[in-house]
Amino acid sequence: MAKMIERPAQQNGSGSAANGSGAAGFEAQRAAWEAAYAQGRRRREPGSGATDRTISDIPLEPLYGPQDDAGRDLARDVAYPGAYPYTRGIHPGGYRDRLWTMRQFAGFGNARQTNERYHFLLSQGQMGLSVAFDMPTLMGFDSDAPQALGEVGKCGVAIDSLRDMQTLFDGIDLGVITTSMTINGPAPIALAQYIATAEAKGVPRAALGGTLQADILKEYIAQKEWIFPPRPHVRLIVDMMKFCTAEMPKWNTISISGYHIREAGSTAVQELAFTLADGFAYVEAATKAGLDIDAFAPRLSFFFNSHIDFFEEICKFRAARRIYARRMRERYGAKDPRSWTLRFHTQTAGCSATAQQPENNIVRVAYEAMAAVLGGTQSLHTNSMDEVLALPTEKSVEIALRTQQVLAYETNVTNVVDPLGGSYFVEALTDEMEKQAEDYFRQIDEYGGVVEAIEAGFFQHEIADASYRYQRSLETKERIIVGVNAFEREEAESDIDLLKIGRDIELGQARAVQDVRSNRDAASAEHALAELKRACADETRNVMPPLIDAVNALATEGEIVQAMVEVYGRYTERAAF
Amino acid sequence: MVSERPLRIIVAKAGLDGHDRGAKVIARALRDAGMEVIYTGLFQTPEQIVQTAIQEDADGIGLSILSGAHMTLFPAVLEQLAAQDASDVVFFGGGTIPADDARELRRLGVREIFTPGAPLSDIIAFVQRECGHRRELVG
Repeated sequence: MAKMIERPAQQNGSGSAANGSGAAGFEAQRAAWEAAYAQGRRRREPGSGATDRTISDIPLEPLYGPQDDAGRDLARDVAYPGAYPYTRGIHPGGYRDRLWTMRQFAGFGNARQTNERYHFLLSQGQMGLSVAFDMPTLMGFDSDAPQALGEVGKCGVAIDSLRDMQTLFDGIDLGVITTSMTINGPAPIALAQYIATAEAKGVPRAALGGTLQADILKEYIAQKEWIFPPRPHVRLIVDMMKFCTAEMPKWNTISISGYHIREAGSTAVQELAFTLADGFAYVEAATKAGLDIDAFAPRLSFFFNSHIDFFEEICKFRAARRIYARRMRERYGAKDPRSWTLRFHTQTAGCSATAQQPENNIVRVAYEAMAAVLGGTQSLHTNSMDEVLALPTEKSVEIALRTQQVLAYETNVTNVVDPLGGSYFVEALTDEMEKQAEDYFRQIDEYGGVVEAIEAGFFQHEIADASYRYQRSLETKERIIVGVNAFEREEAESDIDLLKIGRDIELGQARAVQDVRSNRDAASAEHALAELKRACADETRNVMPPLIDAVNALATEGEIVQAMVEVYGRYTERAAF
Repeated sequence: MVSERPLRIIVAKAGLDGHDRGAKVIARALRDAGMEVIYTGLFQTPEQIVQTAIQEDADGIGLSILSGAHMTLFPAVLEQLAAQDASDVVFFGGGTIPADDARELRRLGVREIFTPGAPLSDIIAFVQRECGHRRELVG
């Protein structure tokens, strides 16, 4: 301060500091800003109740500066893109070298209809496929099961047997296209069907590229599409990891998913922490089963949500990479740098879309997509504006894909690697999210691990609390959602076209699966199912080979699941709210 | 004489639909508004839901469906209510339900359909009004 007094006097106080140079001058500028800020009048209108925190209630300063960098070690915490701990991205050249994969999740009705949508998407420049299955398929029921009533083909495509999977990929070269399949409980069955489909076309399993979600832990936490209890389910995943490690070098065995945790109402930090905790639980299960961490870890991938709080999302992705790298290297002893890098797919937040003024969702999706890209995503699904109402129409899917193309080719946000790196705010929020995630890891450890915390209802309760808090903040108008609790307009119902799946799909699909059952070689199907049950009961065997045999013998998904339920039982959740 | 005991509401999930965020938020909101709430948990059949309502002597049933199966499951609950002589129970619901489907469900006898973005205060007011009215009629 003494130095300042020696400076020549200037016209006004803040101006004098602003014109000063050096550290002391900067300190004075900061003091002047703080004084000026303190004089300001904060906004009071609806929506201003939450200006001092993120959408996940992380407190925010009005301004960040160099003082927020104190305590950060650049080499240890930030480093360079492509270098440990990968805060700034996993590739040295970012999107200059390779854009993200534009991968739109699609599936509806029967395999024939979805196959047509895939051909359309590929013809429009989409780079990979992503299969959405219907609820009966995801829960392990055939289309003619009583539980499937009213659900066939609604949320995705109905796949009952190998025949449906073959129709789904008709005319598509599985040796070239990569496929992501969003399925969890029956994931090993879907993988077996995919392998059988490819091999029948002459494409060897070793040539198949793609990703299976197969993240069962988050099903108990959030999405609720389970079949068996957690422990046998985790064993099936470990079997798949072993099988793919040995036989499918290009296949990403599991996609550890925070998307659904977020959709279920979690905060960004909960999504970050619970998802990574699930990932570490699989790593522990696989290493415990004797797999070498560097043999499987390079093919683990992640799947995150991109919600509407722009900077919080970007920092979540950056923190995720850093936490993962540190744990994989330091705690689990992975030696291969590829085991340290967290690669992820992103989908814009379905739960941020509104049924009111649905066209506004196009804008939300664009911001969310940009956050994912500034966070360094490897692939991206942009939601369609009408998904909050029904399955998306071809028109709205096209707008969603174009949104990614505009982002990739017109905005130039891809030209500089991690352009927000070094931002006082972004680095500080990245650090804060890492710290809060570490707090959650400690709590999960206190339960004894992820499975134990699931059994105690810990995650489920944390998420329900968060989603209720959020909903309350909308009720009080602390937060504003345009068109929902502010800027509403009377709508003459929705005038956008919706895609509807008729009952004819259900009836046709039920007939088709019955035809498969009556026209196959009954003895070989029966034999294959019996063999599968023996493998399920024997921990020393891998279930994948007998599963592939059962699929090839045209055993249906429902029959395969039923056989496995006879060994493992079905899971039921304790209902609580 | 209207009973003094709190309104009792069943919040239900049916079919294979695991989206329980909305159902849990509604359950908490109704509870915080002073009602007794019984959440059925996931994967209930229409028959189980109506049986729960009868066993619990519930004033209302709120069914949440986000899987697209609403045109099957809502009518199935209505049928069960009629079959078990319980059509006086106030049956309402919500989820991702397009406007013309919602209109059709109201025509069939679902008392109200709330779609995403409906204020909790509207839902609470609806339940208090309709279930309160039912209490006056059936005691």
